[in-house]
Amino acid sequence: MTTEPVPGAAPAAATADASGDVLRAEHITKRFGAVTALHDVNLHLGQGEVLGLLGDNGAGKSTLIKIMCGFQPPTSGRIILEGQEITLKSVDQARSLGIDTVYQDLALINELTVYHNMFLNRERTRWSLLSNRSMRRTAQEQLDRIGVNIPSVDAEVAKLSGGQRQAIAVARAVTSSAKVLLLDEPLAAMGAKEGAMILELIKDLKAQGQVSIIMIMHNYGQALEICDRINLLQHGEITFDKLAKDTSVQELNDIVIEEYRRALAEQQRQKSA
Amino acid sequence: MSEITERSPQAVSPPGGPPGRSVPGPLRSALGLLGRQREATVFVVAVVLLLYFGIRYNSTFVSQTNLANLLSETAAPIIIIAIGEVFLLICGEIDLSAGFVFTFAPFLMHYLIDFYGVPVVAAIIIALLFGVVVGWVNGFLTVTMGLPSFITTLGTGFILLGLTLTTSHAYPATIPASSVGIGRWIGAAPWSQFIWALALTAIFYIVLTRTRWGLHTIATGGNQLGARESGIKTGRIKYGNFMLTSTLGALVGLQVAFYVNTIDPSAGGYQPMFYAVTAAVIGGTAMLGGQGTILGAFLGGIVLATLINGLNVAGISANPLNIVFGLAILLSMIANVRLARLRAAGRN
Repeated sequence: MTTEPVPGAAPAAATADASGDVLRAEHITKRFGAVTALHDVNLHLGQGEVLGLLGDNGAGKSTLIKIMCGFQPPTSGRIILEGQEITLKSVDQARSLGIDTVYQDLALINELTVYHNMFLNRERTRWSLLSNRSMRRTAQEQLDRIGVNIPSVDAEVAKLSGGQRQAIAVARAVTSSAKVLLLDEPLAAMGAKEGAMILELIKDLKAQGQVSIIMIMHNYGQALEICDRINLLQHGEITFDKLAKDTSVQELNDIVIEEYRRALAEQQRQKSA
Repeated sequence: MSEITERSPQAVSPPGGPPGRSVPGPLRSALGLLGRQREATVFVVAVVLLLYFGIRYNSTFVSQTNLANLLSETAAPIIIIAIGEVFLLICGEIDLSAGFVFTFAPFLMHYLIDFYGVPVVAAIIIALLFGVVVGWVNGFLTVTMGLPSFITTLGTGFILLGLTLTTSHAYPATIPASSVGIGRWIGAAPWSQFIWALALTAIFYIVLTRTRWGLHTIATGGNQLGARESGIKTGRIKYGNFMLTSTLGALVGLQVAFYVNTIDPSAGGYQPMFYAVTAAVIGGTAMLGGQGTILGAFLGGIVLATLINGLNVAGISANPLNIVFGLAILLSMIANVRLARLRAAGRN
């Protein structure tokens, strides 16, 4: 575990990361009982970079995201944000440090309106009462600015389509002055049209250059299209780290097929043993 | 998954959605209120029942004594406990023990005043704080130990009943003479219980609809994982709502004791709690989590009390009343579930 719990505190001696990385995860290991979900994972994210995190189901992608966003602590390892080691104790704390997350399940509350969802757990209040008017207006402005089209910010989230829900979740994360954005399968379960809308949204963010993004992806084509760099996570370890322009769908496919063959062979060996 | 339904949610949105922009604010919210089908239904039922009994049994039903009876003695305890139950039902829990805090709280006050010489106001506050403690225990067992709240509060309810019967030897006690004055404010005066019910309804209507606590209660019940991922401390929300419900139970116990001017070990129990849950359900609070209405519970309490009181005035036996209540619960629940399905259909 990390040694200096300084949640949100100003760095005593802020040594800017020589490599220019905004976020580094070093030697991250996570065990759940006897199961090792992550084994000595090292990952870095440059300023304004979009890093694609690929890997099979159960490879540990979501676990890694949940550690970096403060939802759960690592068994061991360090997380370094802008050159300073941080100990993440909660999602709130990670958020206040500028790390925001869009979970695979989106963490939207169906029963609440779009604008309440966008301000969930950072609601504006006045005299302890919700400032609904102010939140509604700001939510509308933010959605307009990033070009998300929904029927009304007053609509219950339950009434929106999958793509609209995803857009709300992404919008919620990017409009909170996040420095680092963690996206867990932002294009999952989405039709082509909606996927394109989200992809466009992320491209816009990338063009603005304010925020650095780690996103879990499944579609290699989409990943190569949008990401600057690709990391492949296999069996809880990062086994591949290349710039997107230096790799191809073919190469990624070959790695995964090789892995698939290996797993199949192992299974057959176990069966015959 | 959702391209097809993307344009169709209007088909399932409840009637009277957001009205036009031209309608001024207060009127718009009033229309919106009526537009929310659940409360509207129970509102209409309450009005129809009150009109029926009011016209049919004019002289007896509309007398001030009877209305005070109906609203203060019958409706208020149901409504006040229902307020707590609504908050719990919204976050996906229930409290079966509230009626036993109701039973024990006035005994505790009586012991403190008569046996330990505690000043009246302090004794009343301690009796209410006892409710807070019971709620904390319910929260601890449910949230921290992971028991289902149905079982938690079944257990704590029995313990409280046993505590009451053991310490009181199952005999009623008289209200301590020194507390009679303040007792009028708490519940003895004809209208005081109903005024409490009105005030608490207003306060907790605002808490549920206009504060972070209310929003986070809905979030906790609607999507607990999502709420936690957003940083909401869902455990704390549940603890708080258990504490609220038990404290309201203690308050009602004191009120009823002052009103009937005796501390009765057979008061409270399951009946007021189940009436309260009934009021919440027919008011439109689904036990599915994430949804509920304080206003609906208030109206539900009025409906139950009107039936109880009205049939009594009409000289009809109260026995078939339970059939009516049972049907009312089932019908409202069917409506709730159907509505929830329609919503789900609109989502997928």
